[in-house]
Amino acid sequence: MSTVTEPATGPQTGSSTSDLIARLREQENRPALVGYLPVGYPTVDRSVEALKTLIDHGTDIIELGVPYTDPVLDGPVIQAAAQGALDAGARVRDVFRVVRELTEYAPHVPVLVMTYWNPVLKYGADAFARDLAAAGSAGLITPDLIPDEAADWLAASEAHGLDRVFLVAPSSTTERLRLTVGASRGFVYAASLMGVTGERNQVGSRAEQLVADTRAAGAVNVCVGLGVSTGAQAAQVGRFADGVIVGSAMVRPLLSDGPLTEDEWTARLRNLAEVTEDLAAGVRSARATAPTDTPAAVAPGGATTSGEAP
Amino acid sequence: MTDVKLSDVSGPYFGEYGGRYVPEALIAALDELDTEFRKAADDPEFAAELQRLHREYTGRPSALTEVQRFAAHAGGARVFLKREDLNHTGSHKINNVLGQALLVKRMGKKRLIAETGAGQHGVATATAAALMDLECVVYMGEEDTRRQALNVARMRLLGAEVVPVKIGSRTLKDAINEALRDWVANVETTHYLLGTVTGPHPFPEMVRQFHRIIGEEAREQLLERAGRLPDVVAACVGGGSNALGIFNAFLDDKGVELRGFEAGGEGIESGRHAARFSGGALGVLHGARSYLLQDDDGQTLPSHSVSAGLDYPSVGPAHAWLHDLGRATYEPVTDDEAMEAFRLLCRTEGIIPAIESAHALAGAMRVGKAAAAEGRTGPDGEPLLILVNLSGRGDKDVATAARWFGLLDEGVATEELERQEGRG
Repeated sequence: MSTVTEPATGPQTGSSTSDLIARLREQENRPALVGYLPVGYPTVDRSVEALKTLIDHGTDIIELGVPYTDPVLDGPVIQAAAQGALDAGARVRDVFRVVRELTEYAPHVPVLVMTYWNPVLKYGADAFARDLAAAGSAGLITPDLIPDEAADWLAASEAHGLDRVFLVAPSSTTERLRLTVGASRGFVYAASLMGVTGERNQVGSRAEQLVADTRAAGAVNVCVGLGVSTGAQAAQVGRFADGVIVGSAMVRPLLSDGPLTEDEWTARLRNLAEVTEDLAAGVRSARATAPTDTPAAVAPGGATTSGEAP
Repeated sequence: MTDVKLSDVSGPYFGEYGGRYVPEALIAALDELDTEFRKAADDPEFAAELQRLHREYTGRPSALTEVQRFAAHAGGARVFLKREDLNHTGSHKINNVLGQALLVKRMGKKRLIAETGAGQHGVATATAAALMDLECVVYMGEEDTRRQALNVARMRLLGAEVVPVKIGSRTLKDAINEALRDWVANVETTHYLLGTVTGPHPFPEMVRQFHRIIGEEAREQLLERAGRLPDVVAACVGGGSNALGIFNAFLDDKGVELRGFEAGGEGIESGRHAARFSGGALGVLHGARSYLLQDDDGQTLPSHSVSAGLDYPSVGPAHAWLHDLGRATYEPVTDDEAMEAFRLLCRTEGIIPAIESAHALAGAMRVGKAAAAEGRTGPDGEPLLILVNLSGRGDKDVATAARWFGLLDEGVATEELERQEGRG
């Protein structure tokens, strides 16, 4: 429970995640597309199908959500899917199974697990890290765990060679950016705006500055999430970020009030594939088309609107 | 910690409990709040303004009432009630709300958000917002807005916006989630006026500080009236703000036994309860590490109590710490026991308590009877002296009680009662 006063000296490179981001940057001059879906929605088996769809259509890194009863950093879309997964009986142990299936299906795609802290605390941080590593996961994204509280997780991730992705926000001070960057491995997750997950018409105007500040604090890889939902937005963010994280826009095609027939489910997967391809095209065009001028905000549908005042 | 009095222990940790398990986006605001709180604590003007409000607005000091007829049902102990029910808005909640609202003025923020279960904290927050000209939004589970329709109307009368929360269990826990989501998005202009001694640091310490006046007054009043300290202090424990408020003044008096009473609901074995110290385990919820009702996967379990104010799956980290230290003990009181004590206080003393507070009354009866059975007394054979925090009044609970005891003539307004029937 000791407070971290000095930045941890964990390596920010040398993980499969950071290696992949570096390779995309150096060989393809593009950011990574990080795609989120929760385990177990609408069922565990169908969530595996949906995750494979993300991979098949251009997602570089998987962010696998652990459904949780009290997801305070999630907006309505992801809340609904998490609740649906829990209602359908999703368990924490399903996470390990899904990680294994995905890493067997696509060994080159890093699978990070996004979880609120209590399920890990309950499982035991070291046991969770051990089982995650054994399943082939690259590490954890922890939205409600700050490095100050993460002594157990820092030790467990170190022991089992896992990435630790902490978040930074537009409100983070320079001191906290340094602390968080120092504790992170794989990449640093920059929240593009002050708020919860969900689709928005514009990417937060503070995202670019936050990425710059996070780099200045020593980060090698900074990925941007919250509010990115279209290929155009992905392209805009991809000009300055090392990765573009998309959640709600990928979950939305799967949402339904009741069970889906096989045909209905197949149609949902087709829709998900289209969304993913649009985003994948976005990250691939990000730097090829990058103007040198101030970036403009891009609304869904591709209409360009003027950027917010800085 | 050996040099620090228990009553002055500060956050972020109480033993291994507490901390800040929240998104990074909130840390800057929590730091700002912590700084402002500490500055205010050293500012005589802040203390004077709060004292003035306590005296002129809330009606402090609250009375200390000896209840002899009730005490006859508590093994012959002497029982004193600390009358927080007589405060403006009807409960102890106003102490914390006024303190935080004054801090908000100092920070220059214009908007308050709050969570509420039965509505007591929401009403107190809406009251302070009206008094200090602040915008106020109260998140309340949809289930609770339906069952506490009159409290929703009270908050709206006071100018607050009440937002029904329609996700999850649609009760207090989910109202807090939604308030936290609002806060993340609006933290630069908004203060989250958290209503109990849980949440991320500095809330557990700060809310204790704003309620410590309860115990300090009671200690002084009892010394004057009974000539000595109590043998036992009893309080109900939901999040734990009223209990910590009264316990705090006695933490360093080793001879004073501190007893917290949680909602035993329909009984521990039923699984329908809010007894975190009997049925919970180490966990993290709403920013704090504490005892938590959870399943094997660390998913929060729904709690249950006839009283909404105790119906919460976690508990303030300072209580978890006091529990582990053995400085305070915590045990469940069932719905049935609480309602019996509720009825008894009405009939013997003419005081209608909140059902939350009735859990403390039932606890006092249990303690008094057990002492009588063991032949335990106060010093020099004096009767055992029990101090109970009567944290709130029971007007809000009349519909629940009417149903519980079958007090209405057949056919009278049954539907209306069902509609309003709250859990406290």
